Amino acid sequence: MSLLNLQLKVWRQNKGQTGRFQDIEARDIPDHASFLEMMDIVNERLIQKGEEPVAFDHDCREGICGMCSMTINGMPHGPEKATTTCQLHMRKFRTGDTIWIEPFRARAFPVIKDLMVDRSAFDRIQQAGGFVTVRTGSAPDANSILIGKDIADAAMDAAACIGCGACVAACKNASAMLFVSAKAGQLNSLPQGQPEKTKRTLGMVRQMDKEGFGNCTNQYECEAACPKEISVRWITKLNRDYAVATVHEAFGGGVERSEGGE
Amino acid sequence: MSAVFDSLSRFYASSIGKKILVALTGAALVVFVLGHMIGNLLVFAGPEAINEYGHMLQSSLHGAGVWIARLGLLAAVGIHILATVQLTASNRAARQDRYGKNATQVASKASRTMIWSGLTILAFIVYHLLHFTVRVGNEYNNPALYSYSLHGETVHNVYKMVIDGFSWWPASAFYVVAMVLLYTHLSHGVSSLFQTLGLATHRTWPLFQKLGHAYALLIVIGNCSIPIAILFFGLGK
Amino acid sequence: MPLDSKIPSGPMAEKWSKHKQDSKLINPKNKRKYTVLVVGSGLAGSSAAATLAELGYQVKCFCFQDSPRRAHSIAAQGGINAAKNYQNDGDSVHRLFYDTVKGGDFRAREANVHRLAEESINIIDQCAAQGVPFAREYGGGLANRSFGGAQVSRTFYARGQTGQQLLLGAYSALNKEIARGSVKMYPRTEMLDVVVVDGHAKGIITRDLVTGKIESHAGDTVLLCSGGYGNVFYLSTNAMGCNVTATWRAHRKGAYFANPCYTQIHPTCIPVSGDYQSKLTLMSESLRNDGRVWAPKNAADCGKAPHEIPEEARDYYLERKYPSFGNLAPRDISSRAAKEVCDEGRGVGPGGRGVYLDFAESIQQFSQKTIAERYGNLFDMYERITGESAYKQPMRIYPAVHYTMGGLWVDYNLMSNLPGLHVLGEANFSDHGANRLGASALMQGLADGYFVIPTTIAPYLVTQSPGSVTTSHPEFKKALEEAHARTSRLLNIKGKRSVDSFHRELGLLVWDKCGMARDRAGLTEALQRIPELREEFWNNVTVPGSGEAANPELEKAGRVADFMEFAELLCLDALNREESCGGHFRTEHQYPDGEAKRDDENYSYAAAWEYTGDLANPILNKEQLTFEEVHLAVRSYK
Repeated sequence: MSLLNLQLKVWRQNKGQTGRFQDIEARDIPDHASFLEMMDIVNERLIQKGEEPVAFDHDCREGICGMCSMTINGMPHGPEKATTTCQLHMRKFRTGDTIWIEPFRARAFPVIKDLMVDRSAFDRIQQAGGFVTVRTGSAPDANSILIGKDIADAAMDAAACIGCGACVAACKNASAMLFVSAKAGQLNSLPQGQPEKTKRTLGMVRQMDKEGFGNCTNQYECEAACPKEISVRWITKLNRDYAVATVHEAFGGGVERSEGGE
Repeated sequence: MSAVFDSLSRFYASSIGKKILVALTGAALVVFVLGHMIGNLLVFAGPEAINEYGHMLQSSLHGAGVWIARLGLLAAVGIHILATVQLTASNRAARQDRYGKNATQVASKASRTMIWSGLTILAFIVYHLLHFTVRVGNEYNNPALYSYSLHGETVHNVYKMVIDGFSWWPASAFYVVAMVLLYTHLSHGVSSLFQTLGLATHRTWPLFQKLGHAYALLIVIGNCSIPIAILFFGLGK
Repeated sequence: MPLDSKIPSGPMAEKWSKHKQDSKLINPKNKRKYTVLVVGSGLAGSSAAATLAELGYQVKCFCFQDSPRRAHSIAAQGGINAAKNYQNDGDSVHRLFYDTVKGGDFRAREANVHRLAEESINIIDQCAAQGVPFAREYGGGLANRSFGGAQVSRTFYARGQTGQQLLLGAYSALNKEIARGSVKMYPRTEMLDVVVVDGHAKGIITRDLVTGKIESHAGDTVLLCSGGYGNVFYLSTNAMGCNVTATWRAHRKGAYFANPCYTQIHPTCIPVSGDYQSKLTLMSESLRNDGRVWAPKNAADCGKAPHEIPEEARDYYLERKYPSFGNLAPRDISSRAAKEVCDEGRGVGPGGRGVYLDFAESIQQFSQKTIAERYGNLFDMYERITGESAYKQPMRIYPAVHYTMGGLWVDYNLMSNLPGLHVLGEANFSDHGANRLGASALMQGLADGYFVIPTTIAPYLVTQSPGSVTTSHPEFKKALEEAHARTSRLLNIKGKRSVDSFHRELGLLVWDKCGMARDRAGLTEALQRIPELREEFWNNVTVPGSGEAANPELEKAGRVADFMEFAELLCLDALNREESCGGHFRTEHQYPDGEAKRDDENYSYAAAWEYTGDLANPILNKEQLTFEEVHLAVRSYK
């Protein structure tokens, strides 16, 4: 194990105020430590000096809760492919490196403090249709819904999304398309999700737009940054599902009902 | 009716809806650009071929055809530009605090400069239309200089106009620059269109990407061959 | 106070259905008038909040994370058990029940466990209908695997992230109800206290972690679904935010804390690499299906690279000691075996606290590709953390604290002795006894939330007139003032040591004296040291920043303050229990071959501790455990 000396440029900001970068020297950082453990060490030293530690979101520290959210050297979750910040280890850095540490930046993710941002927009998008309406206790036997392995595997690929928001942070336009497409796509691919497909697709996309995210321009920075390697083909599917859903909604989509209905 | 209209206006208001319109109008323009290039390449077949082609365009549907096409293209270009400008504005608004340190992992230069390549191409189109369609600041509308006898009928001499137009090197230079920008625009735009219209799959995407680049290359080579042939290889002299 | 577990009468297999039939109902119109406060949004909390809202209750749900989807249930990897018998391998409700009681070393309440086994079937149906992408066979049916300590394949799974997928299912159900307006969600909100009015839990005090505002919420009943207390050890596989505050505060208000000494150590975690370490990472137990556990026979070989140690110099100790279960021996047994090997000086890696989990044989048998398909994500994770490839050399593993079987005491209706306070999931004590089997935590969380509480909440609520208590009640004012006072006290100590430094010290002490093996001397020492440390904490901790804004240090300080008190009860319980069972191993009580020695005659009870105001002297209440169905026996996996 060797020790690293690093120059940090850390974003400091209080809610509702303008932020700035603070230069912090991080000496003697064990290269076996994770990135967040490096931040713990830095914070411990700040506290000892009587300064306020850097606020950042984190929880499980094993890459699954999606809470950690730093942009490291311009890349959400840092330079390592398919890795969250909490799973990034300092052995990926060299002594003498300058590391820029910033929040996930997007208008739809306002800064709460320092590196903590408010990602509740994601929850609201899910509430706008990211579910199958099934009353507890009303489900048929699980094996009565047969789903081919390829479809189940594809749905699982989409479901691997941890909702961290790295896709938004990485996108040049702060678009949430990768997240929304993975969430809608999981359910839209499965037989259980078919009855509400139109409603779900329109609802989630409209909520996404309302939250102030940007638009996808097919640059795929999101896919490169995604710690779970969600494919941009889910965006293809969402585009298609959205077009079909609009046709269904605008022209009745083959379901004959008078306007007077519920 | 209003319910239908509501849905469609919400479609346009949405980010995906606008993108789909950009893709559809882009597709129309892609087809036009190809047709336009093939028509223009007739210049290599001599005055007779290209002038006949020009005359055919002017006289189809008793002269209405060309106007229908022009209006259609105008609408496509208009929607394409309006929607992309709106999308770009909302993209800018979506991230007001910029990163102190920027990094790009996979996005191509072409994809990141679409709005600039597009607006430059727009400027070129305006110039190009003034040059060859409206024919401002030149004598191309003068029947005494630019008439051609096609099967006994007097028609506009497109061939001579093209040769004369590109013999002035600054016009050719601007043309070539615009074509290079069109190349970058198409290299991202053509494959993107399949993505936005929901037509790409894991298997087809690499093909669409290659197709986009090949198409863009074809257009730039085809179109640039004309001024280059005129300036450097004495076509029409 | 005598403990009434309210176990329904009748044969074991009929108790739950009989209880459902006998339970009082509330008509739909009246349900709307009741407000239910749910603390925590993991599997138990989300599923309970969603289901109760579906039934018509007004629900408020609170979580400290920024989204309910991040609760730590998300990190469960391996799977969820259900007695579906889709594999036709002889599984049944009774067998799952039996395995769970035996696996819990005969310290669980039979009736609860049987209900759990019954409901396991419905959970899978519910989750599949929600769109949870379980692994499937080519024919489209659900796939199963066998999992730690079971001889049938009854574990359903979704790649290596079953917890995330089940939680996302429950979260989607919750979202559906939030959208309908029947659940009001309070993310980034931490519960600071329970409010008790006339002997009933009628509300909670919370702190908004963004604005710092301390608020009170009144309800007709409170559901604590706040998870376990594994972070008392500082280093554990729990998320950094997991804490004992909700259950400890409820304990201080009168709820009994049962069996805190039952803590589970997971055998397959990545070993500690240095003192900066903030958490331990679990590698799914499923790895033991294809990996062989070994350590060098001779301590002299420990420094060598694993490939330099010849086959005959390796001790495959699990296979040697437990021929019939081998590498799949239950968690407590595998963990202790690893500790023994390391105590003998045969451990490998930094500090000698590690053993090998070797895949060489499986890779040879099935090919690297097959192994990568099965465990690729885990191997990647291992490499990210350690910088070593488990395809080329064996993994190093060591046990780590993972789950806590103890929790607030509840009756069959999941209500604690404090009326109106219901406790679900890991936060309660009821279903796993002294040791939890793999893939059973998810099962319990969801059974409690989806299927048990919706029935068992009514018997309490019918006795209450809805909305009878509001936040204007003096008890709320008092609790609010106390919470403010505690917060400002923490902020004003302005000592020299950080919150984390205290947490680390406490954790190390508890792990040392009350970890995988415990003895009287060590526990006595810990019981002396903990109050001293607590004293120092309240005099020398420093909490920077203010209470009026986001302040993670303040959040941690409040949690660590509660761990400081809880740790004492943990050690007291461990000291009191003069036997070894499940996750509780007292070195004084073992057979000559090192196996745990239970004392059924004297300790066949759940220890439910009552708060007295004197942390060193709580009152011990006993719920005697009776075993009608499962014959008490020495738990053998040989």
